Amino acid sequence: MLTLEKRPNPSRAWAIVTPILAVILTMIAGGLMFAVLGKDPVEAIRTIFWDPLFNAQFASYSRPQLLVKAGPLVLIAVGLSFGFRASIWNIGAEGQYIMGAIAAMGVALAFYPTNYWFVFPLMVLAGAFGGWAWAMIPAFLKNRYGTNEILVSLMLVYVAENIESWMAFGPMRNPQGMGFPGSRNLQQYPAAHNSELIAGTGLHWGVVTAGLAVIIGYVLLKRHIFGFNIQVAGQAPRAARFAGVDPKRLFSLCMGLSGACAGLAGMFEVAGPAGQITDSFNVGYGFTAIIVAYLGRLHPIGILLAGLLMALTYIGGEIAQLSLNLPAAAIQAFQGMLLFFLLGVDVLSNYRIRIKRRAQA
Amino acid sequence: MKDTELLAVEGITKAYPGVVANSDVSFRIREGEVHSLLGENGAGKSTLVKMIYGLVKPDSGRMRLRGAAYEPKEPREARSSGVAMVFQHFSLFEALNVAENVALGMENPPAQRALAERIRTVSEDYGLPLDPNRLVGDLSAGERQRVEIIRCLLQDPKLLIMDEPTSVLTPQEVEILFKTLRQLSSEGTAILYISHKLEEIRDLCDGATILRRGKVVATCTPREKTARELAELMVGETLTPPARGEKVPGDVALDVVGLSVASPNPFGTSLQNVHMRVRKGEILGIAGVAGNGQDELLLALSGEIPTDRDAVKIAGRGVGDQGPNARRLAGLVAAPEERLGHAAAPDMSLTENALLSGAVRKGLVRHGMIDWASARSFAEGVVKDFDVRTPGVGTAARALSGGNLQKFVIGRELSQDPTVIVVNQPTWGVDAAAAASIRQALIDRAAAGAAVVVISQDLDELLEIADNFCALNGGRLSAPRPVQGLTVDEIGLMMGGAHGMEVAHAHA
Amino acid sequence: MIAGIDPVVLIASLMAASTPILLAALGELVAERSGVLNLGVEGMMITGAICGFIVAVHTGSPFLGFVAAAAGGAALALLFAFLTQVLLSNQVATGLAATLFGLGLSSLMGQGYSGIKPPPTANVPFGPLAHLPVLGPILFSHDWVLYFSLALVVGTWAFLKYTRAGLVLRAVGENHDAAHALGYRVRLIRTLALAHGGACAGLGGAYLSLVRVPQWTEGITAGAGWIALAIVVFASWRPGRVLLGAYIFGGVSVLQLRLQAAGIAIPVQILSMAPYLITILVLVVMSARRGRAAIGAPAALGRVFHASD
Repeated sequence: MLTLEKRPNPSRAWAIVTPILAVILTMIAGGLMFAVLGKDPVEAIRTIFWDPLFNAQFASYSRPQLLVKAGPLVLIAVGLSFGFRASIWNIGAEGQYIMGAIAAMGVALAFYPTNYWFVFPLMVLAGAFGGWAWAMIPAFLKNRYGTNEILVSLMLVYVAENIESWMAFGPMRNPQGMGFPGSRNLQQYPAAHNSELIAGTGLHWGVVTAGLAVIIGYVLLKRHIFGFNIQVAGQAPRAARFAGVDPKRLFSLCMGLSGACAGLAGMFEVAGPAGQITDSFNVGYGFTAIIVAYLGRLHPIGILLAGLLMALTYIGGEIAQLSLNLPAAAIQAFQGMLLFFLLGVDVLSNYRIRIKRRAQA
Repeated sequence: MKDTELLAVEGITKAYPGVVANSDVSFRIREGEVHSLLGENGAGKSTLVKMIYGLVKPDSGRMRLRGAAYEPKEPREARSSGVAMVFQHFSLFEALNVAENVALGMENPPAQRALAERIRTVSEDYGLPLDPNRLVGDLSAGERQRVEIIRCLLQDPKLLIMDEPTSVLTPQEVEILFKTLRQLSSEGTAILYISHKLEEIRDLCDGATILRRGKVVATCTPREKTARELAELMVGETLTPPARGEKVPGDVALDVVGLSVASPNPFGTSLQNVHMRVRKGEILGIAGVAGNGQDELLLALSGEIPTDRDAVKIAGRGVGDQGPNARRLAGLVAAPEERLGHAAAPDMSLTENALLSGAVRKGLVRHGMIDWASARSFAEGVVKDFDVRTPGVGTAARALSGGNLQKFVIGRELSQDPTVIVVNQPTWGVDAAAAASIRQALIDRAAAGAAVVVISQDLDELLEIADNFCALNGGRLSAPRPVQGLTVDEIGLMMGGAHGMEVAHAHA
Repeated sequence: MIAGIDPVVLIASLMAASTPILLAALGELVAERSGVLNLGVEGMMITGAICGFIVAVHTGSPFLGFVAAAAGGAALALLFAFLTQVLLSNQVATGLAATLFGLGLSSLMGQGYSGIKPPPTANVPFGPLAHLPVLGPILFSHDWVLYFSLALVVGTWAFLKYTRAGLVLRAVGENHDAAHALGYRVRLIRTLALAHGGACAGLGGAYLSLVRVPQWTEGITAGAGWIALAIVVFASWRPGRVLLGAYIFGGVSVLQLRLQAAGIAIPVQILSMAPYLITILVLVVMSARRGRAAIGAPAALGRVFHASD
């Protein structure tokens, strides 16, 4: 009979091995899923994980896409990881991402068509503020009334999606758009455009910000008292109070931080790769970032790697859609599976599995 | 008392990874006998009774109940064989009422109304009156224990196991409990009584089995031994009582005036108008049965619950509205009762746990950045000075034994050169040697000029180290009395007497 | 009242609109009373929606469709139970994973099913009763699943209050260590409660795809599972109040649809966000009224149980 026995010390080795194990298990289970769908599993896995980087035909297009997609994922996930460590569950990053983008678009449209240098920096601030403010709603309600933040932040995603659609059809609709829904395209407004910094790499300011977030996140987590307090609060809330951590303040800080990161990601997206607010502007980065945060074990470096991996599956999925006719939803199921396996094998880092003989002589 | 064997335990061994909890343990209980299992914390008493109750399976060895082989696979089976157990904690459901709690411990409970009636009758027959419709969360510790006892009695047990039953009772309540137990014994129910309180055992028990480090070291009749002999059998060495020098009380270091605090816990006890004044060099002992506001008092003093500014003064300065770190800066350190999860984060290393409360006074954080090297050497200092047995300061707190972790927690606070020290249950669940060294450390800090508040449910401990004594009862604190010359009866009354329970036995 | 909205029709249709959430919330209530927070309700609902849809389309029997929906939801719930109860994973994260996985899996399974009409689920024939004024449309003109959901409210209430199994389930949710010490099988009880919750969520999902909409579209649940979770909190974990909460929510969604249809001069999107805003508002009111700690919440909710012997 197998039993679990708590390890005296959490295993560091397993903490690194488990994500890799989860990826391998997902590839196996995903392969089976593709086989059920009537696709060659080896071919499908290769298309998803290999072709985006090394296929002669696609790589020149897909390599830059890797950074474009990983940027927002990493930025949002780093922000979320702090709250998650403290058991503060902001799962409405998708909504904060939208609100950041809308706030930034608002600034851009207000200055259109002037070419002041400060338009773009102001948009960055507006983006962070939009996401922060949207995340502060659940934070305020939790601190003031004890309302569950999971449910409120999630409900606000649906509200934000409706605001997004309303903006695209109403207040922000492009007056020169010939009646099509959607705002002006910022790619045609240089002062507001988040353009590629080095042509052909996909590197834009959002990617740079994500990189900075990883570095700052690492320092905060390992060297700063804020990171320490967060870890105590997550592991032992009473010990955190004893250590002098004000739980409400910590709650607001974590929610605000993750909201601002998500808002920034939305801002860089709307000013760059997306270009405009439409009713399909958000594509689920806010939710996928939750997987990224966990896959990276809530550690900034891990999140960086996980974000790249997840971006790879997005792009690989698109290629597989074209070349293998694999349905887009397969990738979503694949990502869900990855999180499942990760949580499942996680048990190994905190518990030892023992084979126990039936007692009794 | 009949002389027939009820339960025989023969050569029971149970090992956990890294520790042998019981090694070749054998003993016998006769019908109607009150038998004591005596031993220090960690001697293996709890594991042994869990095996008798079917919660844990032995690795080897046998048990016989009334001559027949007895191998309970689960508590259900033990209960149907007539073995019942009153737990020390963890076995009641606060949000359920008394009758529901009792029903959960029975195999085939009658309908709720009939059950409520039986609870009323049985509880009055045994002098432990109970209202079946009250929520358990609203009951006092003593009343909760009655729920457990009644739950067992309703099943007509042949053997009743009681795990440290008196640790939650006032002296008067202990008297009532003992009357009940003697009544049961005279009716033929055997009682297996676990304790480390020697006088109690001499008072109550017919036989005793003494365990040390998982082994039986002696079997005796406790009345024929002195408490000192029993203690030496239990501990295996001669203990020296703490040494203390002359006292010159200094200025008032901690002044608590009209402190009232609502409990953060829905079933907790709120503090009502608490006054206390502790001078430099003084140790104030605060007694009380569990759940009378001890946790709340610690939280209010440590700063985890803010109050009015002037309700708590350190060296004359109001700090009542400030958090734990501001109070640490002002010189107050605290050690809560719950080691894992409150005083220390279980999964964090000792270094991280040293930082947890030592950051302010030891200057371990500058401009928000943590000085890990200093934190490590602080932790190493505590480990060395307080003889904490650990492979290193990188070890997680939960990997330490209770006694070692407690030494670390107390050591961490005392090493910060505090002027006011507040500790709750400083030696709870700690072996005798570690307890002695913790008490000595508290006395030494007081001698060095700190004001010390010791909240404890262990009366012997308070009488041993405190200068002045008061008791918490229902969130109110009694006026302090010098320890010299106090009698046990007076102490019991300060603790709330029998909480209105005396009546029952008077006419029973 | 706004012209053009008949209160009788409104009540009759809000009952139907509320049924998916009511079913899912009742199932989740039982799971939470056993001490498990299952955030995968949304995923289990949508899995049920597609399983039920596929089976109903192929067999032509809506009943078999609902059975399959319950099985599908329960299957995902068992996966969740395996992870949280056996492998002791974090309940919040695992619930999110179940939702993400359910959403992905359902759209994968639903490839090629959009635009198809499922076999209709007929109303229970009450004969002339259905033609009674006012009472007829409100009480006697619904399909069997709706009546089943109402019966489930009563059944859940009676189960928790009067049966021994219900008492044990509440005890496990209140204090799993104590329940374990008394010899109850905490993990087994929680697994069963989860499976029941998953099955109910599946039924709720199928009610959307087979009765309410009725067809298959990706993301058909549109947050209904999350609203079900909110309603359990709103209801302070009591079945009767779940009914109230679900019907309030259903009323708001029906009303906003009617207002849209009536051509009110408010942007459609603002009306569409109303149900979510109302849910937040209701949550706030409930949590504020109870003060800080959520009295009524099972004490062991969301905590990992590991029997260390």
